[in-house]
Amino acid sequence: MTALQQELVITVVKVLVLFNVLLGLFSLMTYVERRVLAFMQFRLGPNRTGPFGILQPVADGIKLFFKEEVAPAGANKWLFVAAPAVSIVTAFLSIAVVPYGGTVHLFGRDISLQIADLDVGVLFLFAISSLSVYGIVMAGWAANNKYTLMGGLRSSAQMFSYELALGMSWVGVIMLAQSFRVADIVESQAGGFWHWNFFRQVLGFLIYVVAATAEVNRTPFDLPEAETELVAGFHTEYSSMRFALLQMAEYVNMITASALGSNLFLGGWLSPLPQFIPDSPLWFVLKLFVCLFFFIWLRGTVPRIRYDQLMDFGWKVLVPLAALNALLTGAVVVFPR
Amino acid sequence: MTTPDAVLFYVFAAVTLASALVVVGQRNPMYSAFALIVTLCSLSAIFGLLGSPFIAVLQVIVYAGAIMVLFLFVLMLLNVKAEDAAEGSGSGILKGVGVALAAMLVVQVGIVLQHAGRGMAASGFDASARRVAHVLFSAPYVYVFEATSVLILTALVGAVALAKKEL
Repeated sequence: MTALQQELVITVVKVLVLFNVLLGLFSLMTYVERRVLAFMQFRLGPNRTGPFGILQPVADGIKLFFKEEVAPAGANKWLFVAAPAVSIVTAFLSIAVVPYGGTVHLFGRDISLQIADLDVGVLFLFAISSLSVYGIVMAGWAANNKYTLMGGLRSSAQMFSYELALGMSWVGVIMLAQSFRVADIVESQAGGFWHWNFFRQVLGFLIYVVAATAEVNRTPFDLPEAETELVAGFHTEYSSMRFALLQMAEYVNMITASALGSNLFLGGWLSPLPQFIPDSPLWFVLKLFVCLFFFIWLRGTVPRIRYDQLMDFGWKVLVPLAALNALLTGAVVVFPR
Repeated sequence: MTTPDAVLFYVFAAVTLASALVVVGQRNPMYSAFALIVTLCSLSAIFGLLGSPFIAVLQVIVYAGAIMVLFLFVLMLLNVKAEDAAEGSGSGILKGVGVALAAMLVVQVGIVLQHAGRGMAASGFDASARRVAHVLFSAPYVYVFEATSVLILTALVGAVALAKKEL
């Protein structure tokens, strides 16, 4: 095999492994979310299927497979089918540039634990997340239903507004690392937990948390699906596996946001105390789960905010704060103490 | 000789042209908007193939990501239905002008293609973020660049002032 073919084989293996891990993590998250939420609300949650109800995602999957695919009579056939596909493709594309470990030495080769190591990794993520709104907009418009249309409209305005804050919250981190590569940004935080961007970029981190929550449509920013006012928002008319795909895209986006948060702000695979405990991809997994738990915790704690509050907060608070953060970080980088 | 790059180039070029035709030919504005997004994305793939991922990513962020979302938002807000075919296709003069313009375009494209080289465009040119920033923020371009940003800011403030009289 030539070097190119070897590279190709390694990449295909990495893609397959990551794809299946993500599918597993998605079904695990549907279970964990329902259980944790239930305990926060003094309920039990799903506990009948298998030990502790752990087989609930399997049961849900089988059920969804056998449901009938229903499309409304007035729906736009092409876009109605295309919407879940667009959602899932953009969701899986963005995780490709997120590293989950440094470089490992296997079979006499250096293998980086990341599918695509782009020089413009962070920008690529930004580009894909700006495309991810189209799946929702398409779904909302194609179903030809006033509730879905409202959901689609809201999501296009919301995701567009918070994307700006999201991108600007990364500017400080990029300046400190002097690179767009995600792996470089992680390496720039080496040397113990007090070097992590979580401490060096407090404002940026807070803006990222808020904007990422809005970007993945989680409570308190789940306006596009607000079930108390819009039935189920943009996916009201979806059933069976198409619904499952939309749901999967949502969870994968949440996983990406958590993975990115732990890489950019929580030091990725770096150990908090490198003198005593070595760096390892396990740290990344631990931080990922902490972030995922945080999303669920947020959903169990904070009520949904009103739509005008959402837009006001995005444009009048988050964006100016992000600009201020970029300015301050720039000053610190350019004028050394 | 067909390298993988060349094959990919032809695929994306075909997608770009086909979706661009849909943009122009489609009566339903929503279809046109979605087709334009496809055009912009496959154009960005061509930039990527030419070895400038930075430009490719910018293309998606600015055009496919930001501008098209606003287009779609307005289209959905007004709930525009398919254009009325009867309107605007009446006058013979307009048709004549259209045909003349199309003929001119064909001639121009022909001239350009005749003078263009046969090989693929130069690949691997340096369009990294660092390089682009250096060019943008140094002597000849920096004034134009800053003037443009002031212009955009002015337009922004003007739009807000017009839209919201009692601020």
